[in-house]
Amino acid sequence: MSITPAVQFDLHRRMVRIRLFEEAAGRLAEAAKLPGFLHLYVGEEAVASGICGALNDDDHITSTHRGHGHLVAKGGDFNRMMAELMGKSTGYCKGKGGSMHISDLSLGMLGANGIVGAGSPIAVGAAFANKYRGRGQVAVAFFGDGATNIGAFHEAANMACALHLPIVFACENNEYGEFTPRDKTMAITDIVDRAAGYGMPGVIVDGMDVIAVHEAALEAVAKARAGGGPSLIEAKTYRFYNHHGVQNLGLKYRSDDEVAKWKERDPIFTLEDRMIENKVATRQRFDDIWAELRNDIETAIKFAEDSPLPTSDQVLVDVYSANGGN
Amino acid sequence: MSDERKLPYVMAFNEAVRQAMEDDPNVFCAGEDIGAFGGVFGTFGGLQAKFGAERVVDTPISEQAIIGLGVGAAVTGLRPIVDLMFMDFMCVAMDQIVNQAAKLKYMFGGEARIPLTITTAGGGGLSAAAQHSQSLEALLCHIPGLKVVHPATPYDMKGLMAACIREDNPTVMIKHKRLLGIQGPVPEERYIVPLGVANVVRPGNDVTIVAWGRMVHEATAVAEKLAGEGIQCEVIDPRTLQPLDIDTIVASAKKTNRVVVVHEAVRFGGLGAEVAAQIQEHAFDYLDAPVGRIAAPFSPVPFSPALEQHYIPDGARIEAGIRSVLFRTPVGA
Ligand SMILES: Cc1ncc(C[n+]2csc(CCOP(=O)(O)OP(=O)(O)O)c2C)c(N)n1
Ligand SMILES: [Mg+2]
Repeated sequence: MSITPAVQFDLHRRMVRIRLFEEAAGRLAEAAKLPGFLHLYVGEEAVASGICGALNDDDHITSTHRGHGHLVAKGGDFNRMMAELMGKSTGYCKGKGGSMHISDLSLGMLGANGIVGAGSPIAVGAAFANKYRGRGQVAVAFFGDGATNIGAFHEAANMACALHLPIVFACENNEYGEFTPRDKTMAITDIVDRAAGYGMPGVIVDGMDVIAVHEAALEAVAKARAGGGPSLIEAKTYRFYNHHGVQNLGLKYRSDDEVAKWKERDPIFTLEDRMIENKVATRQRFDDIWAELRNDIETAIKFAEDSPLPTSDQVLVDVYSANGGN
Repeated sequence: MSDERKLPYVMAFNEAVRQAMEDDPNVFCAGEDIGAFGGVFGTFGGLQAKFGAERVVDTPISEQAIIGLGVGAAVTGLRPIVDLMFMDFMCVAMDQIVNQAAKLKYMFGGEARIPLTITTAGGGGLSAAAQHSQSLEALLCHIPGLKVVHPATPYDMKGLMAACIREDNPTVMIKHKRLLGIQGPVPEERYIVPLGVANVVRPGNDVTIVAWGRMVHEATAVAEKLAGEGIQCEVIDPRTLQPLDIDTIVASAKKTNRVVVVHEAVRFGGLGAEVAAQIQEHAFDYLDAPVGRIAAPFSPVPFSPALEQHYIPDGARIEAGIRSVLFRTPVGA
């Protein structure tokens, strides 16, 4: 590994933060404490962590319906995230967006998105603005395998390449769109095959290996920042829970075997094993990290539970901006 | 009704599709997760097992192409049923719906026939937030060439869905997500509820309530409560929103002299405005009060249940609206 131990710990921390947040959200949802839909990122932590770990704070990302992981990886605050999931006024979106619209513009996180495919064109716009202003920022569009079947993806990828924008297209290929396997909805196996059609380079990385993802991201981000234009990273990954919620609800769209095989390649535990084997970490150190972050989650749940609900007068607030901005 | 077999709304939909597929080999279905999985709301459950993957097609996540598939197959002789998982997603496919499906026949000088049914799920009340909760029927009803239905009961669901499939025009069938589980009598035999015919859900002489979708149930509950005070509300469910059975509504307005329209969509530019305008055109001299409109405020649908409960009209707001029309007290939104 050419990635320094400090960076390895950083990536590990991002992943554990995501895992703990998602597991807590899953438990709360099962206890009927979270309203609405919940799409968990468990299993895919290496993708958001490896890529966001290659970004600066002022770089931008767009996200998906499965967006908590992206926000956490970009530095999201547990308290405000948990409060949003509970629909509280202290949440990131003041209770108006919920899980599917969670966002933090100050971290360059331009929102989870309820419309599959809708994030990529927005990332193109952010990349355009970044190039326009010339401050060297880049944009990353996260999207699923299924989202590449939607027209918006095609238009975004083509425009980004035509305009030679500083953007990275980051595909989380978890082999399913909801309950339908990839091979029923496209005639290719690798999303990366699409990249050539737009004239951008593409690479496949093991999405369960945060170091591999990170190395690919460093290269793509550096290229974008240096004016080298767009590229596509396809991370082969897997969601451990159901499309939404936790349980598989007895739905047999994936075999238990398949799920178990992927779980053996858990991105967090495999990294821990490697770091211990390489003598850059000890079990004790990891246990301390988990304990510290668990504590943060407990604090966040308490913060969210103690927070007030929004009041009815808030329904009509923030539909429009007041004029007089930049 | 002699046949007292009960079915949930979702299965009434399913039965209409199944019977149409049995009767007509040109009928097929396509949409996201509708095949092996039966649709995220279970509406297409069991159909792929019965009719095969050629006739119940799992599509990519490609709303434009899903509607386009329907338009192209319809204009070349099939009778497609294509599904948009949530009504909000029609925005992704708006060109195919508005500029293609709705207009081909007219633009081609009448030569085309588009026997296409677009099915989708609308409405809020699930904390599904701003992109999964909308009631966008007014956008569709504004487009000449489309027909739009929104059943409130299992009986109407089966009959209207059967009618949509037999229609030689593009129709949009809006299921309400909060009504999927409601039970009601549904005859096993094939029947049709004709498009464009309203249902007088409950007769009354004092005030007319026009409501559709889930609001029919809310309005009926209020009507029953007010009956205890001696106020007789006539509840009318248009069932089809385009073409709208304005005759039934106007006849009721002439009888009761007071009308309230209730819908889940935002009030501004909602279908209630059209209903109110037509009532004043056709029954101005009969009205004893301005037509009331009870609808959502002018904001996206909020996520938090604490906000959404103030957003979607409920019994209390409907009751207040009716009283204000009855007693000419000031109208709230
Ligand atoms: C335009 C649109 N169509 C359909 C949906 C319903 N939907 C939500 S998530 C999803 C699957 C997305 O698959 P993928 O892009 O692979 O992401 P994953 O869920 O696997 O992370 C679908 C079909 C939607 N939200 N938006
Ligand atoms: Mg996927």
